[in-house]
Amino acid sequence: MKKKAGVNQISNRANCIINIFFLIYAILCIAPLLLSLGVSLTDEKEVILHGFNFIPRKFSLDAYRFLFQDASHVLRAYGVSIFVTVVGTLFSVMLTALYAYPISRKDFPAAKFFTFFIFFTMLFNGGLVASFYINTQLFHFKNRLYSLLLPLMMNPFNVLIVRTFYKQSVPKSIIESSKIDGASEFRIFIQMVLPLSKPAIATIALFDTLCYWNDWFSSLLYISDVKLYSLQYTMYTALMNIKYLLKFGETSSDALNSLGTVPTQTVRFAMVLIAIGPIILAYPYFQKHFVKGLTIGALKG
Amino acid sequence: MNIPNKTGVTIMKTLKKHFRYYPLYLMILPGFLLILCMRYLPMGGIIIAFKNINYADGIIRSPWCGFDNFEFLFKTKDVLIATRNTLSYNLAFIVLGMVVSIAFAIALCEIRNRFAAKVYQSIFFFPYFLSMVVVAYMVFAFLGMENGLLNKSIFSFLNIDKIRFYAEPKHWPFILVFVNLWKNVGYSTVIYLAAILGIAPELYEAAIIDGASKWQQIIYITLPSIKPIIIILAIMAIGRIFYADFGLFYNVPMNSGALFSTTQVIDTYVYRAMTKLGDLGMAAAAALYQSFVGFVLVITANWIIRKIDSDNALF
Repeated sequence: MKKKAGVNQISNRANCIINIFFLIYAILCIAPLLLSLGVSLTDEKEVILHGFNFIPRKFSLDAYRFLFQDASHVLRAYGVSIFVTVVGTLFSVMLTALYAYPISRKDFPAAKFFTFFIFFTMLFNGGLVASFYINTQLFHFKNRLYSLLLPLMMNPFNVLIVRTFYKQSVPKSIIESSKIDGASEFRIFIQMVLPLSKPAIATIALFDTLCYWNDWFSSLLYISDVKLYSLQYTMYTALMNIKYLLKFGETSSDALNSLGTVPTQTVRFAMVLIAIGPIILAYPYFQKHFVKGLTIGALKG
Repeated sequence: MNIPNKTGVTIMKTLKKHFRYYPLYLMILPGFLLILCMRYLPMGGIIIAFKNINYADGIIRSPWCGFDNFEFLFKTKDVLIATRNTLSYNLAFIVLGMVVSIAFAIALCEIRNRFAAKVYQSIFFFPYFLSMVVVAYMVFAFLGMENGLLNKSIFSFLNIDKIRFYAEPKHWPFILVFVNLWKNVGYSTVIYLAAILGIAPELYEAAIIDGASKWQQIIYITLPSIKPIIIILAIMAIGRIFYADFGLFYNVPMNSGALFSTTQVIDTYVYRAMTKLGDLGMAAAAALYQSFVGFVLVITANWIIRKIDSDNALF
């Protein structure tokens, strides 16, 4: 405590209090994750006796063994989630980058119109019922993979972020001089604009990845075929209907042979862990680019 | 003869001007079509709200019914409760979220150990990346009746009676506000932090020479400097005040009917009216009520800001 505070630094006591407070809050932020991990590694019988706890009283990998050996449902759902995330992000980023470029160009005569065209969708929308009706009746969204892809594609907010980035970071002179050199618009876009815009593209790719990976609402609206369940939607179903997990047991006999019954409680939390897994692995990368993206200063439309 | 020719010439000129940019039009085309189909065509579905719709006749041939759906909608108390809940929750989220994240951002800047500040920031951001389904599981792990950590371990250890969280509505305002803050504070903290780090250091140097205390620096330099970003985020939030996070209000209370009095918001009301009651017309009326009022609110908020301080207006 003797260490003196420098000029314009907060006092030792204030520093100490803030640190303690932040430490507690940080624990609060990851406590639910640790609790889920603890439960998923506990023996099912222990959970029923003593409830959910951070530290397993009796360690067991049954939940994970069940998920990976016998619950082909979950592996399939994992596949659906990965497919939707990869394909959705790819297309979404491509379309966003393409749409944002012309509307960033001051000389493009229709820039204003197309900017408003996308901006307006942020202000007004048809509402859930209208889009549900049109999507199911006109575009046949029931039980199709594209009904998980299309509704989330090209977030207008992302388009405006990229547009602002192009405007700020791609010097007009580069475009002008390439034009004089005879490069076509597409060539300028691919060889000049895109490489300069990597940070913005990386950021919206992350936004999209997260958006697709965490989506369950499109499935709730349009999917009833178990084969097309995504991981999040499988988890959603298992949360709302505990019997759903028991159905897994019916189709996979090995599980019941070795475990007796389906460890429903612990399996649910094992699913939480495998759903967050990819996010935690990519977290440092995610966090870095998210912060960068948020600070592009592109909030203003 | 001359006049039509002249207009003809100007039309040709405009067309030529646009045609010069055909590669840019080509670039915009796929995205344009997608937005048209996914965001504009569904707006046509709005007429469901004014129709006595049935699937057999389809949207075009179903009979019109004027404002009957709206009349029916506002006769029930449900939509008023949903509106009240949506507005009060959003107000709480906006005010608390803003205060907490600005406080966090300022405090993070003041911590002496820069490394610790980075670590805190990363950890605070973590809940933002979770889906509402995952969050619902985590909340359940704490609050569940049979096995939840609070009921099974902590309350019995403290000799407190078990609380049936998923059956008693009175706890949910606190739980939902807490979960929302927990999930989103890290995100807005980062935005405010970036704004604070962008303030010119000369301002603080001058203030120190004048003998300003830390509090005075915060009140007279930091807060006024980040005012634009506060205003922008506030308008955007007010524009969305009629919309709620469906997952938060549907998954986290586990769709429990006993909790509707404090967990029903307009979004969940529309969904339930559409799927459970099967009343498409009324659900569409509720959805249109939501998007129309939301639209008016965002325009008004922006108009007010423009009156006060046109630099900070969104559009």
